[in-house]
Amino acid sequence: MIQHPAAKNFPKNVDQALKNETLQGTLRQVSGGFVDSRATARANLPEFDSLRDAARYMKNHTLQHLDLYLEEFEQAAKNAGGHVHWAENAKDAQQIVLDICADTNAKIVSKGKSMVAEEIELNKALEENGYEVVETDLGEYIIQLRNETPSHIIAPAVHVNKKQIEQDFRIAHSHLDPDRSFVDSSSLVREARHVLREKYFLADVGITGANMLIAETGQSVIVTNEGNGDLTQSLARVHIVIASLEKVVPTLDDASTVLRLLARSATGQPITAYTTFSSGPRRASDPDGPEEYHVVLIDNGRSKMLGSDFQDVLRCIRCGACMNHCPVYQAVGGHAYGSVYPGPIGAVLTPALSGVEDNKHLPNASTFCGRCEAVCPMRIPLPKMMRHWREREFEQHLTPAAMRYGLRFWAFFAERPKLYHFCTRWANRVMHMSARGKGRFSYLPFASAWTRYRDMPAPEATTFQSQWAKNRK
Amino acid sequence: MPETEKDQQDTKNVGLFVTCLVDFFRPSIGWAAVKLLQDAGCTVDVPAAQTCCGQPAWNSGDRSAAQSLARKIIETFETYDYVVAPSGSCAATLKKDYPEMFADDADWSARAVALSTKTYELVSFLTDVLNVTRVKAEFPGDATYHDSCSGLRSLGIKDQPRQLLESVDGLRLLEMKDAEVCCGFGGTFCVKYSDISNVMVGNKSRNVETTHAPLLVAGDLGCLMNIKGKLAREGKNVEVRHVAEVLAGLTEAPGIGDQK
Ligand code: SF4
Repeated sequence: MIQHPAAKNFPKNVDQALKNETLQGTLRQVSGGFVDSRATARANLPEFDSLRDAARYMKNHTLQHLDLYLEEFEQAAKNAGGHVHWAENAKDAQQIVLDICADTNAKIVSKGKSMVAEEIELNKALEENGYEVVETDLGEYIIQLRNETPSHIIAPAVHVNKKQIEQDFRIAHSHLDPDRSFVDSSSLVREARHVLREKYFLADVGITGANMLIAETGQSVIVTNEGNGDLTQSLARVHIVIASLEKVVPTLDDASTVLRLLARSATGQPITAYTTFSSGPRRASDPDGPEEYHVVLIDNGRSKMLGSDFQDVLRCIRCGACMNHCPVYQAVGGHAYGSVYPGPIGAVLTPALSGVEDNKHLPNASTFCGRCEAVCPMRIPLPKMMRHWREREFEQHLTPAAMRYGLRFWAFFAERPKLYHFCTRWANRVMHMSARGKGRFSYLPFASAWTRYRDMPAPEATTFQSQWAKNRK
Repeated sequence: MPETEKDQQDTKNVGLFVTCLVDFFRPSIGWAAVKLLQDAGCTVDVPAAQTCCGQPAWNSGDRSAAQSLARKIIETFETYDYVVAPSGSCAATLKKDYPEMFADDADWSARAVALSTKTYELVSFLTDVLNVTRVKAEFPGDATYHDSCSGLRSLGIKDQPRQLLESVDGLRLLEMKDAEVCCGFGGTFCVKYSDISNVMVGNKSRNVETTHAPLLVAGDLGCLMNIKGKLAREGKNVEVRHVAEVLAGLTEAPGIGDQK
């Protein structure tokens, strides 16, 4: 059993990630691609930034009236013959899904990619209760075979390279010709498709997430590039949609605003290959579709965020642009965060969902370079919210003591300009002289974290303030 | 900031916020800033009561320390027409963070907002407020420019330094790959998460080297010390300077971290 990394061990996880040559190779290969495709997609749509404003406004409005829109959604979904369930936390959500599976006498459950399923650890609950879970998204399938968690919210297996997948497939698909060759990535896709198709037809229950829930129509929307979501939800007898509360948008038009931003921000596509609107169970006139349609609305900490410093993060449409553009994510990959949601979105969301104490590193592991906010289609001020978390940590004394006292020590001097300038003048002199004209230090005892990797430039002779004062005399 | 004709004729009384890093490590940048401002017709004062803008405390979650440092800065600088800093990062703290810091405090909020509206980063102040389009300086050779994060993304500084650098006699600007990507400094980040910071500054160093430019310039001393430190450690012989030094033509002193 592979030990999944935990957020509280972030520094250790980072160390391992940086030493893992295979991972580093894969990260280097993928990081530029997402960035370039998004830039092109954005350049090709002149109204991209005004769409972002519109989406932000729409979502803020929705969050302000979230209760009303959720009730509207519930009513519309029921009118279409669906069942709507409310889950306060992960346990409740698991239980609701387990109950539906039990009522269906299910044995095999197929699943489209869903981050909220990861959040509530649905697979574990299903497997512990004896169900076979078939992941239908290629990336999810790969990490299921590897017994790993997703390392990215839209590309769960982005940390795995082709050779590793090939090995995994040879082990897992032992019934196939062992001498077959995988010439390119599409041969891997073909094999996965072939193996998975067989299972789709056997599944009793199909579970998908939702990219959106539309209040006026009661529909749920998913986007995929493999079409696996459609098969998951229309071939099984029962379709369960699991979605967190903030996925609701008021109208079909609003959904289309989000759709125009989502794929462009995520992969740079104008739109994903498949966009599926589910409107309840199969009607008499429908050629296919599930007999039952359930929507599980999951709170799991969202309602607490409403009206807090962190409400804005509920605008997130899970496009992954923030992590694609994050230099920290690019350096260490998603697993190091030890959080279901890695990267900048996780640094804000995870402490809100599972407490800042266990996740205290996440909001700190950022230079506040601001690239995430600059690309976020929903204009979520991610660095500002990470800073809010740092403030909470400081208040709760979770900030390391050395840092806390260091800051106070520094502030003590900085608040006393005369003393400050006196001390800096002396410190400058000592440091300048000890550099002995070399211009820099290769080791400094009080800054070893710095000099471990880089030299420290030595200060020029005398501080600016003392030069200025002398000059004015 | 609306600029009337009359404003433009008046001499502008600028309070220079030197920043604690420049004060301590690289006074040359302070003098370059003074020269650039004076050449553009400003009177420059450097109030002695200034120390640090409080950004390290603010970004580390120590709100009360940040606020008390911010109050000092506001008191020290509110009498000037403009406050100018040779740093996008510190200027952004005064301009963007101070109003947020005092959002719940009516008295200080007004003062913070007033200070915010007249605070500028040096190069963008020259171009956007004083309408400087070229400088009288000379620097023979190629140079590459790193966009420091706060300046770029909080203050929209991108073309301004490039425009002025292009006007330096003999200087040719070569763009590096990922000029807009963070160098990994991030204030306390570079020591808190030094392993990650190392990867980031390593990438930056590689991108600088690939341009073959013998000179790297940027608008923030923190980034410059970080990048120079890495270049030097890797034995890459690149001169590193603050953009103000080059624009002011004050490049006689050895580059940052270099020997006399
Ligand atoms: S925070 Fe913004 S950029 Fe990140 S996943 Fe959410 S919507 Fe996308």
